[in-house]
Amino acid sequence: MIRSPELPQINLSDLRLAEARALLEHDATFQLPSAEESPVAYVQKILDGLCELSLRDPLTGLSNRRCFNNLLNREIDSVARSGKSVLLLMLDIDYFKKVNDTYGHHAGDLVLQAVAKCLETCVRPLDSVARFGGEEFAAILPNCPTSFGSIVAERIRKAVADLSVVVSPTETIKITISIGGTFAPEWVRSTTALWTERADAQLYRAKSAGRNCVFIEEPLSVSVSADEKGMLFGHFLTDDTASENIANFASNGAHNELDELK
Amino acid sequence: MSDVLNTAQDRVVTPNLPLQLRHKVIAVTSGKGGVGKTFVSANLAAALAKRGLKVLVLDADLGLANLDVVLNLYPKITLHDVFTGKSKLEEAIYKAPGGFSVLLAGSGMVEYSRMTSEVRDSFLHIMEGLVPNYDIVILDTGAGISDVVLFSVSMASEVLLVATPEPTALTDAYATVKVLAAQQKRQTIRMVINQTAKPGDGRAITAQLQLVLDRFVNAGSEHPLSLIHMGDIPADPSVRQAIMRRQLLAQSDPGCPAAQAISQLAKNIDVALLRREG
Repeated sequence: MIRSPELPQINLSDLRLAEARALLEHDATFQLPSAEESPVAYVQKILDGLCELSLRDPLTGLSNRRCFNNLLNREIDSVARSGKSVLLLMLDIDYFKKVNDTYGHHAGDLVLQAVAKCLETCVRPLDSVARFGGEEFAAILPNCPTSFGSIVAERIRKAVADLSVVVSPTETIKITISIGGTFAPEWVRSTTALWTERADAQLYRAKSAGRNCVFIEEPLSVSVSADEKGMLFGHFLTDDTASENIANFASNGAHNELDELK
Repeated sequence: MSDVLNTAQDRVVTPNLPLQLRHKVIAVTSGKGGVGKTFVSANLAAALAKRGLKVLVLDADLGLANLDVVLNLYPKITLHDVFTGKSKLEEAIYKAPGGFSVLLAGSGMVEYSRMTSEVRDSFLHIMEGLVPNYDIVILDTGAGISDVVLFSVSMASEVLLVATPEPTALTDAYATVKVLAAQQKRQTIRMVINQTAKPGDGRAITAQLQLVLDRFVNAGSEHPLSLIHMGDIPADPSVRQAIMRRQLLAQSDPGCPAAQAISQLAKNIDVALLRREG
């Protein structure tokens, strides 16, 4: 819940909006407010535009790191409450420095833009992709079952490997990315730092393993299946009262699991 | 002794205690609450101290452990004051009745019950300062599986898992073992079964847990995990009495079966971990 602080009375004519307007003018995607609008609507649009600018990476148009951290915090909150399975991917372009050194920085920018566009088309509308910094990208995939993690990441890796980026009229280059991923721990409120560190560690593994590959941290399994429980309590069955207790316990456990399925 | 965190990714994930320090640290944990984890930590510490070891118990449950209640010790200066920089580390260490030292978390630590990198770093820093001064440091961790518990367990080379024969306690203990196997690639976990009905029960329970592990977790694993049975503590009315009096068993009824079992447990740990002769 965001509570607005008490605002002082502002005389709109005192505001210096030219600089902000100029900033927004340079952004092709932004619709500038017209002078005919009411002063409040005008200022509001300028503010909206600045907020938008502050959350976007200018080169790729993706969310920037600031925006991404907000999204990540929101997911941590929802994971802690709902126990849903959310996947965080860290994606890094392999040998990006070589691209810059060989073809120049403009080529590097084109590669970043091409990868950004590719990543966006690879994920669902509810997923978020961000430029994390340099040649590193990040993606949050809410509601991603743990068994799908590697499949999704692998699909993204392949899509990038299939790209051909035209860096000059005569040159087209191929690029690859390494991907590390980790699911949010479902039973705790993690932190953005811990979560990204864990995903980064997987990315590091992918890089160490030769790049152009995917490493997803194996999610912690804390569920104890009915089979495991049955075997766990097998030795009690000689004792009458104990076996009764265990029979009750086992049937209660089975009940709960069924309820959850419904 | 296995270096449980000696994998590339863990070196990146968790800045950890240096190995030579970690070897002196035992984490006492349990899947379920209320199985006597803190009672075991405190009484084990006293028994180890009696064997001539310099022991420190740290409330690694960050204020949720009842170590203060078990020891009837309510210190003015706590881990919280050290974290906030109000007090020096030495000032927060108190002598417990059983001849060992304690560092209590203080209720202010509850706000740290979520692990952040700052808490983690402070924690590590404190441990680095503490551990060299003791023969053995016992971390009384929280029950269940949270990031705080997993982190404090990661600072210990040995895990002592306390369970009781109750089905719920066993299920939770088993779940904890599974998580420790998966997350920290542990190869050994030491078991203490509390409140057993008759001799041999604890060993049978550990053996059964191992069977289930072998079938469902160890099969095909690169890091098979073995449970080592360290001892049973028999159900004993003296334990309840000691807890009600807020005393250690060694104070209230040193000859009772539970006290004898804890002395034996201390001896087993001394021999197994510190390689000292019984």
